[in-house]
Amino acid sequence: MQSLIPLMRSISGAVVLVLALSGNSVAEAPLGLGRAVEQTEIDAWDIDVRPDGKGLPAGQGTVAHGEQVYAQYCLSCHGEAGKGGINDQLVGRIPFDAFPFGSDPGKTKTVGNYWPYATTLFDYIRRAMPYSSPGVLSNEEVYSVTAYLLYLNRIVSQDTIIDADTLPTVRMPARDRFVIDDRTRTESFLRQ
Amino acid sequence: MKNSVSRRIVVQRLVGLGGAAAAVPLIGAETKQSSAADHSMPEATARYLGSYPSELGGRSPHVELKRRPLADYASVTPLQDLSGTITPSDLHFERHHARIPDIDDSQHELLIHGMVERPLKFSVADLKRFPSVTRICFIECSGNLFTSATEHTTPQMLCGLTSQSEWTGVPLRTLFTEAGVKPKASWFLAEGGDAALMTRSIPLEKAMDDAFVAYAQNGEPVRPEQGFPCRLLLPGWEGNTNIKWLRRLELSDQPFMTREETSKYTDPLKNGTARQFSVVMDARSVITAPTYPARLERGWHEIQGLAWSGRGRIVRVDVSTNGGRRWHEATLQGPVLPKAHTRFTFPWKWDGRGAELMSRAVDETGYRQPTRKQLIKARGHGSVPYHLNPILAWIVQRDGQVLYRAEQWL
Ligand code: HEC
Repeated sequence: MQSLIPLMRSISGAVVLVLALSGNSVAEAPLGLGRAVEQTEIDAWDIDVRPDGKGLPAGQGTVAHGEQVYAQYCLSCHGEAGKGGINDQLVGRIPFDAFPFGSDPGKTKTVGNYWPYATTLFDYIRRAMPYSSPGVLSNEEVYSVTAYLLYLNRIVSQDTIIDADTLPTVRMPARDRFVIDDRTRTESFLRQ
Repeated sequence: MKNSVSRRIVVQRLVGLGGAAAAVPLIGAETKQSSAADHSMPEATARYLGSYPSELGGRSPHVELKRRPLADYASVTPLQDLSGTITPSDLHFERHHARIPDIDDSQHELLIHGMVERPLKFSVADLKRFPSVTRICFIECSGNLFTSATEHTTPQMLCGLTSQSEWTGVPLRTLFTEAGVKPKASWFLAEGGDAALMTRSIPLEKAMDDAFVAYAQNGEPVRPEQGFPCRLLLPGWEGNTNIKWLRRLELSDQPFMTREETSKYTDPLKNGTARQFSVVMDARSVITAPTYPARLERGWHEIQGLAWSGRGRIVRVDVSTNGGRRWHEATLQGPVLPKAHTRFTFPWKWDGRGAELMSRAVDETGYRQPTRKQLIKARGHGSVPYHLNPILAWIVQRDGQVLYRAEQWL
């Protein structure tokens, strides 16, 4: 950045920033700004879920309950059994779990044929769905509708219980398809 | 002004009217320059006072500048109507995933937690007490090419999901240092305060490089559509990662694999894989004039456009007027800033024959803007809709009509 010259040095493992300002005033971080927060305050906001399951709440869900949740909160936009709705198609597999998207723009991406992690489904539904009133579902309802969508995609069986232990172990068909950005290597022919 | 101006105001100096020289505008159709010498018919015409100063300025009623909605979740910048490199704030493109929240900045707080020594919350007033930075950079949505565009498409509708502002805020490394990042942290999650609580995982490296939390845009508080009261600013990175209405940053030792970095904003490739975290915007250029719907007159015109790269400065833009058979180096108007829209110009005399206008950018890493063919060859036909930065072309017909050279993508 233009006006600041940040010098990073390591003191007892912690990164300390020295911000050299105009004149002879030097602001040395930490500056003591902001306020300390209690764990309860963090918990109220910290709703994210990682692929290893960190962040998943207590509770559990079933496919049968999920079908009811889906009918009440999701069907109107995502269609019967996750297909044919006015918004994103959520259900669909491709024979032999092929991954033809790079060569065929006509193929529709779904939870079943494209999503690499089942935990993402719980995280996304809890934070963003139902679209017009996110936040209305209880954790049990989110677990259940997650179970139902995984079931419709033929990824889990009808009697599966989805909870903090089982969800991270669900293996998604497209799990191994993703590679970290490699353009500087694979598209290096565009460099002079 | 040349003689071709059909209605002109000829100011005649009259002597002997109350002893003072009065300037009299004569509004005459097709008045010729020679008539300025005609002193025969003096006539007094009053001039009227205009409007008062006001609290808030506006545009001339003769100017129409508008974003155009793409859908109920996006609107695009009128690239063809703007000059220089700064996008007026009210014309900055929009892309929302749960509309625009109404946030009271006096109530807003930014939480930093996770793998830090001291979890902290900052009010907007706290953020403004830190040493600040200001920089000009573009923000571009990575889905910025309308792949089904017809020949009747303006630059705005074709690729108006890019805008540039001067942003002011606090470097993220300053805030992270305040909270004390633990040595094992390598990623962080950024979360917005919109209804969908939009999230993206960002490598910590970017925070230590040039990321900042912006609270001002072009000298005023960030606009609500752009993330009021504060947003993440990751210069050169795809728009979606620049989380708006920023309310939470969580340090972690791995990415969170949010929906926006798995289901969306990933690029399927022909080899059966999908590229993930392809966040840097590759170099690109687009001609903004002359473009559809312009109709040209013969003679001199200035071909103009914007070029930018998420990897650094633009070092060169070439322009072709014959569909890429010959290329000419354009002038970079300056300022030429890293990770910023740069205006290029090329004077051109249209002789009335059919022409095809193209531009191609080169950035300081040596990256050359590719053709559509090169992109498809490298990635596959299905690798849409993200990170499409092909050389674009505008056809000038013999009648002067300019059209977009539509291309088959899907
Ligand atoms: C009012 C319409 C509406 C309702 C009701 C609704 N959704 Fe959605 N859903 C959407 C829209 C619109 C999107 C795309 C949002 C975006 O891209 O930002 C979406 C996206 C999704 C996605 C991501 C799809 C993908 O491939 O990335 C999932 C999963 C989803 N919804 C699940 C649900 C579930 C489960 C419910 C019920 C609890 C639900 N939705 C209710 C409109 C709706």
